[in-house]
Amino acid sequence: MKNEQSEFSANQLKIDLAKEAERIGGFLREGVFKQLRRKGIVVGLSGGIDSSCVAALAVHALGPERVIGIFMPESDSSDDSLRLGQLLAKKLGIRTFKEDISGILKGADCYRRRDEAIKAVVPEYHAGYKSKLGLSSLDSSEFRISYVVVEDPAGKQAKVRLTADAFLALVAATNFKQRTRKMMEYYYADRFLYAVAGTPNRLEYDQGFFVKNGDGSADIKPIAHLYKSQVYAMAGFLGVPDEILKRPPTTDTYSLAQSQEEFYFSLPYDKMDLCLYGKDHQLPAATVAVAMGLTEAQVERVYRDIDAKRAVARYLHMEPLLVEAIGEGRPRS
Amino acid sequence: MTSIETDVRQYVLDKLLFGRTEVEIAGDTSFLESGIIDSTGVLELVAFLEEKFQVKVEDEDLIPANLDSVNAVTRFVERKSAMSGNSRR
Repeated sequence: MKNEQSEFSANQLKIDLAKEAERIGGFLREGVFKQLRRKGIVVGLSGGIDSSCVAALAVHALGPERVIGIFMPESDSSDDSLRLGQLLAKKLGIRTFKEDISGILKGADCYRRRDEAIKAVVPEYHAGYKSKLGLSSLDSSEFRISYVVVEDPAGKQAKVRLTADAFLALVAATNFKQRTRKMMEYYYADRFLYAVAGTPNRLEYDQGFFVKNGDGSADIKPIAHLYKSQVYAMAGFLGVPDEILKRPPTTDTYSLAQSQEEFYFSLPYDKMDLCLYGKDHQLPAATVAVAMGLTEAQVERVYRDIDAKRAVARYLHMEPLLVEAIGEGRPRS
Repeated sequence: MTSIETDVRQYVLDKLLFGRTEVEIAGDTSFLESGIIDSTGVLELVAFLEEKFQVKVEDEDLIPANLDSVNAVTRFVERKSAMSGNSRR
């Protein structure tokens, strides 16, 4: 029998990519054609690794003629997002549509509400500033504190702790972006009788790194079981362009470049993957720490953080509560 | 029980436990370990302390030693109030 503890390393997450691509392909065909009864798949393309991997899997499973990619840039998007999305779509040979969602976001007062939230803690902030949201790192205090980083027009940055009220206002405002994108994806799904594919990977799905009824919403989620490093491997296997494989994970939600770890995970994804795997396989923190070059205390803190995030994610995953079962709808236990 | 402790305890009951009385919170129960506080909860607690007790909570104050239990919060507020000369009677 294998000794899991002594052999624990990143190799644990290695999978047979050809076999897994076939398995997911079968799941997509069965799910889309038989269960959802739709003709193809719509996927929002951000130029990031997850949506690229999902689009490539969809093409692998259904063929390029049954996959539609949607580009949905807005005022704060990085130019790379659209360029890389287009690069991928060209390589996959899929039909695409571009929808600039800035107008919808302006109509919903997304940017004004966001700016007001930031102004509550940075009074001098105005439209000429750039900003992003962050979370204190693993090495600082035990509490994870949300802060906003602002950059004035001269390029000078300041990091300011958010109040609870400003934090909630800021997140509520920026969530318009994910929800607007999902609304657009469903427009095309209805228009062509397609299903919407969601793009969360295992880390995001498990830890609740998505917006409820925004990027958390979909008809089918083909990579929700894959660790982020497996998503990279799968994307590489399916021929996703190198430039996308090498791009650091970003949220592409704020006007200042923001990595996912500074916003949510506090560790690079490959280390988060191993911590999540270790925790789910009841590996002692010390074992995981050795494999990752972290201290035991750091891994213990990540383990606690995983539990804390799961507690928050519970609400995000919950379907509406019902007084009693109705038709096929069953009350959740 | 001091009035600070009473106020803090009431806050925990109303805002962190949402009135659930089956959860027992002793003076030294860790908010983090018992899972009743998250990152937004910490910021809300800070806003409450600043408003209710007129203390200024600095970034470096945001550590479990100051904020992770009813006792810790009470001691922290007492210390802060004494420093700013705002001691409540």
